[in-house]
Amino acid sequence: MALSDKDRIFTNLYGLQDWQLPAARKRGQWDGTKALIEKGRDWIIEEVKNSGLRGRGGAGFPTGLKWSFMPKQASERPHYLIVNADESEPGTCKDRDILRHDPHTLVEGCLIAGVAMGAHVGYIYVRGEYYNEHLVLQAAIDEAYAAGLLGPNACGAGWDFDLYVHRGAGAYICGEETALIESLEGKKGMPRLKPPFPAAVGLYGCPSTVNNVETIAVVPTILRRGASWFAGFGRPKNSGTKIFCIQGHVNKPCNVEEEMSIPLRELIERHAGGVRGGWDNLLAVIPGGSSTPMIPKAVCDDVLMDFDALREHKTGLGTAGVIVMDKSTDLIKAIARLSTFYKHESCGQCTPCREGMGWVKRMMDRMVEGRAEVAEIDVLEQVTRQIEGHTICALADGGVWPVQGLIRHFRPMMEERIAAYKAGRAAPMALAAE
Amino acid sequence: MDAELSTATEIPQPNSFSFDEESLKAIEAIVKRYPPGKQASAVIPLLYVVQRQMKRSTGSGWVPNKGMDAVAERLGMAPIRVYEVATFYFMFNMKPIGKHHLQVCATTPCWLRGSDEVSRACREAGKLGGWGQTSEDGMFTLSEVECLGGCVNAPILQVDDDYYEDMDYESTVRLIEALRRGERPAPGSVIGRQTSAPEGGPQTLLDVPGE
Repeated sequence: MALSDKDRIFTNLYGLQDWQLPAARKRGQWDGTKALIEKGRDWIIEEVKNSGLRGRGGAGFPTGLKWSFMPKQASERPHYLIVNADESEPGTCKDRDILRHDPHTLVEGCLIAGVAMGAHVGYIYVRGEYYNEHLVLQAAIDEAYAAGLLGPNACGAGWDFDLYVHRGAGAYICGEETALIESLEGKKGMPRLKPPFPAAVGLYGCPSTVNNVETIAVVPTILRRGASWFAGFGRPKNSGTKIFCIQGHVNKPCNVEEEMSIPLRELIERHAGGVRGGWDNLLAVIPGGSSTPMIPKAVCDDVLMDFDALREHKTGLGTAGVIVMDKSTDLIKAIARLSTFYKHESCGQCTPCREGMGWVKRMMDRMVEGRAEVAEIDVLEQVTRQIEGHTICALADGGVWPVQGLIRHFRPMMEERIAAYKAGRAAPMALAAE
Repeated sequence: MDAELSTATEIPQPNSFSFDEESLKAIEAIVKRYPPGKQASAVIPLLYVVQRQMKRSTGSGWVPNKGMDAVAERLGMAPIRVYEVATFYFMFNMKPIGKHHLQVCATTPCWLRGSDEVSRACREAGKLGGWGQTSEDGMFTLSEVECLGGCVNAPILQVDDDYYEDMDYESTVRLIEALRRGERPAPGSVIGRQTSAPEGGPQTLLDVPGE
């Protein structure tokens, strides 16, 4: 059963209507915000917990719980809300639509989240490439200030709240929360060791919470319609609605807000016009942005799109960027290009990532040609296991998981490629040399 | 990436840089966003100010050494702290670029939809040898960029600040020819899609309150 329009949160996802305040108000935004704030911090956090909302930026951590980590008592150190709009995970373009078409969902969400975590200041870190999007967002914030919805005594609810836009400058790593904080402080985006977690020591050494755009932007609607409304969608612990980005070899790529736990096949066929050449022409899908390992068609046939169902298949919902690849795809090359991406985006701080991403990329480039020995597939797999979990942040994990997914499901394809190369050229190779 | 290797000393650097009126006004507004004593936070925004001023004054948006020094001075930072930020982030051009910066997304989602054809069209129509190069007439610089975050409208060609979406070989050639004529086609989908909605028109959000 598909989600109906009346249950969609982002009613201007496609920009069919105006993004500005009067139109946003007609769509229901900023409705009764004062009353929501006056219900208080504990009520807001409890509602968000009860809604089952899990972070929409990839990791899926329960949002209400994350907010509850912020210190309860104010001290001389101010609290900060930081919104992660550094949307850079290949396959993900959902936050872009919120920023440019429904910015008031985010601006209102920031105020409410600010109240919930005791923050009087929020920063929205927008990826540098989203230049036009950041202009819309800034204009929406300006409108909100002019209408008294932000600033001193925001919405007349007795809470002072200032909200600023900060642009990044083209570094994927700044989507990692501590790298984002470093970047916001004016440094290179290199992740920090945790603990201490940002809720204890974050921006400028003060308690901070970093949330994804979509996570924050759904909160006002959850509070207005009730936690149980949101929790009513999707399977338990995977609740809510979610923006999916369906792309690659489908007939009609698109973004769409759907119910969590929708079957992957239904998602693709109902909204994206089906796989190019029909469902049987499907080869594999990367279900949640580039860091999530691919799943072959046999899994795609009946898998549900939620955190837990995809984890059972050793992959993840991630950011819900659904990359569809049909039988014409050179899967090895598709993954090798991702290896190039992670090599390019490694910040260079941890040795296993700095050296490993380059090594994996060079190995994958040889696998594309077949210029390798079959035993090197095992070497490659083992090296990815040595990289995984041995770095400060998860970039390297996300960098090797796609390779592991390829080997797990399509090893025969890699072996065939090697055999074909050998058939055309007799000389043996030195093992595992780059 | 095959970008032409170059060291700072090979690049003709201007002898001086000072912020103009427009930049000073922008800086004043930017610095206010951060708490007192935390003005280093403004380093990325100010590097953008430098790059934009260079674009205004020379037609080429890049960040010269003197510009980084001016940022360091304004924010009370050691110059090295500015240099390391400017070189860490990909969007600051550390050498002059052409009038238009053609940035082809070549990451897997765009590659699956034909980004190789878009980059071929850029090279041919823009008369560009390869990544990182600037055409002889100074019109175009070609860069390979990583995922631009517009994947349902792949492949994407970013020209300066604007995304051109749903590109192919022919539409890329047409766009480059228009830019060469001094025109600036409207950004967005070149096949007439409503932003990220499916081709042929939205199938959802047909019944929402509002206008």
